[in-house]
Amino acid sequence: MAEMITLRINGRFVAVPPGSSVAAAIMLSGVTTFRPSVTGEPRGPLCGMGVCFECRATINGQSHMRTCQLPAQNAMEVRTGDAI
Amino acid sequence: MRSESFDILIIGAGPAGIAAACAASHGNESGKGLRVAVVDDNANAGGQIWRTQIAESKGATVRNFWSTATKAPLRIPPGAKKWLERFQWSRTRTLTSTAIVAAPEPGLLLAQDLTGPLQLNYGRLILAIGARERFLPFPGWTSPRVFGAGGLQALVKSGLPIVGKRVIVAGSGPLLPAVAATLKKQGGQVVLIAEQADAERLAPFVMNVAASPGKLLQSLRMKASLIGVPYRTGSWPVAVIDRGETLRVTLQSSAGPREVDCDYLACGFFLVPNLELPALLGCDIQSTEKGVMTDAFQQTTVSNIFAAGEITGIGGLDKSLIEGQIAGHAAADNQPAAKHFFRARGRAHRFAAMLRQSFTMRDELKQLAREHTIVCRCEDVTYGQLNSFQTAREAKLQTRCGMGPCQGRICGPACEFLFGWKDDSIRPPMFPVPLENLVS
Repeated sequence: MAEMITLRINGRFVAVPPGSSVAAAIMLSGVTTFRPSVTGEPRGPLCGMGVCFECRATINGQSHMRTCQLPAQNAMEVRTGDAI
Repeated sequence: MRSESFDILIIGAGPAGIAAACAASHGNESGKGLRVAVVDDNANAGGQIWRTQIAESKGATVRNFWSTATKAPLRIPPGAKKWLERFQWSRTRTLTSTAIVAAPEPGLLLAQDLTGPLQLNYGRLILAIGARERFLPFPGWTSPRVFGAGGLQALVKSGLPIVGKRVIVAGSGPLLPAVAATLKKQGGQVVLIAEQADAERLAPFVMNVAASPGKLLQSLRMKASLIGVPYRTGSWPVAVIDRGETLRVTLQSSAGPREVDCDYLACGFFLVPNLELPALLGCDIQSTEKGVMTDAFQQTTVSNIFAAGEITGIGGLDKSLIEGQIAGHAAADNQPAAKHFFRARGRAHRFAAMLRQSFTMRDELKQLAREHTIVCRCEDVTYGQLNSFQTAREAKLQTRCGMGPCQGRICGPACEFLFGWKDDSIRPPMFPVPLENLVS
């Protein structure tokens, strides 16, 4: 078994198997709503393949990252719930 | 800005792109080698169908040698192994996590990867950018517990735990039983599969599959029953109520509406080809259904640009592999090698036509969206706001429908189905880009 990857999601440490997407790690941390829509509705990933942009979150300070397309890396800082 | 040059540049590292790369790497008719590269927006090659399930403790694992972004041990889906190995041997340059942003002039694409902008120069271009799910709006479909069918499968394959979750798989297409099988294998409880097409419509598809075991090993119903999941034809979701921890899904059928509770709904209505990039490049498109127009050698109406796979019409794995090889050989000026695949392509195209016909959307699905149902998820534009407009352009200007980050990739096909709108105004950038990338 390969070593787990540890990243921080909304201040909470989460360990995931290597190759996991950040989106999967976010849901594993208990978060279902990734971000509010422009009118404040709760939203989460839809397409899982980088097309719909619903799974965006802030990663290492960079906003609007598509978390389903991004493999989790050690020491990543992820923040969900940011509005546009 | 960083710049790279290739004789043949392939966009999309799914089956069509991988097959094209393997073929192109043989070089031209006299065997002269060419600089070939494949670009993909995903972190790994393989596309959606060969998306690797991230490793568990059991099962064979191999080093993920073709990835530049991650070095995780991954499990290779059966059937893909041969192609992925050939792809490795072809020594094709692979640029993953790289999205095409613009096409400023013939022979040049602008892209961005995780480190910034990138210029890609090409002699010939092969588009193998595949398809996405069609999503149709219904009350409640924007809940974070509602995913695409392929969408949830992709998330589970990339590590989302599904153990013990009750899932309804709904929508349309041969993907649904495959999604159910993945979810089940990873410990999910698939309550049922709701396929909108009627059983009578599916009959030719099921029979043809049975008659050609190379296409799919089992018919859809058999596949569903093998994994112990009810497969309901002529059944579709009409509303979802998010109850906090669970969903209440109303499924419609000839027997009337029925409410079923679950944790997640995985719903996608067949597939639509990704036609934005070919449209931006000026390639003629037959229709959303039939995709990019090509000649016998898979060349589009723009010289030196080829197209292969789902973007020339949804047809599945075999069609993608065959067309990819034709495009790869033809782009490498090895027409005799390309011609070997013409007969097989004819068969694949007949299968594709039948596939599309079998999973035609029923008219009732046009009535799913209500006054306040959101159609454009990026800009939160409702059905009621859109209903009065005649064209996509008019709706766009008045409501911002299709102008958000996804650039109409989700609501575009929905609006085409609901209102008959065709939106052909593709403009760069194709994706949201940091301003500094545009400036440089």
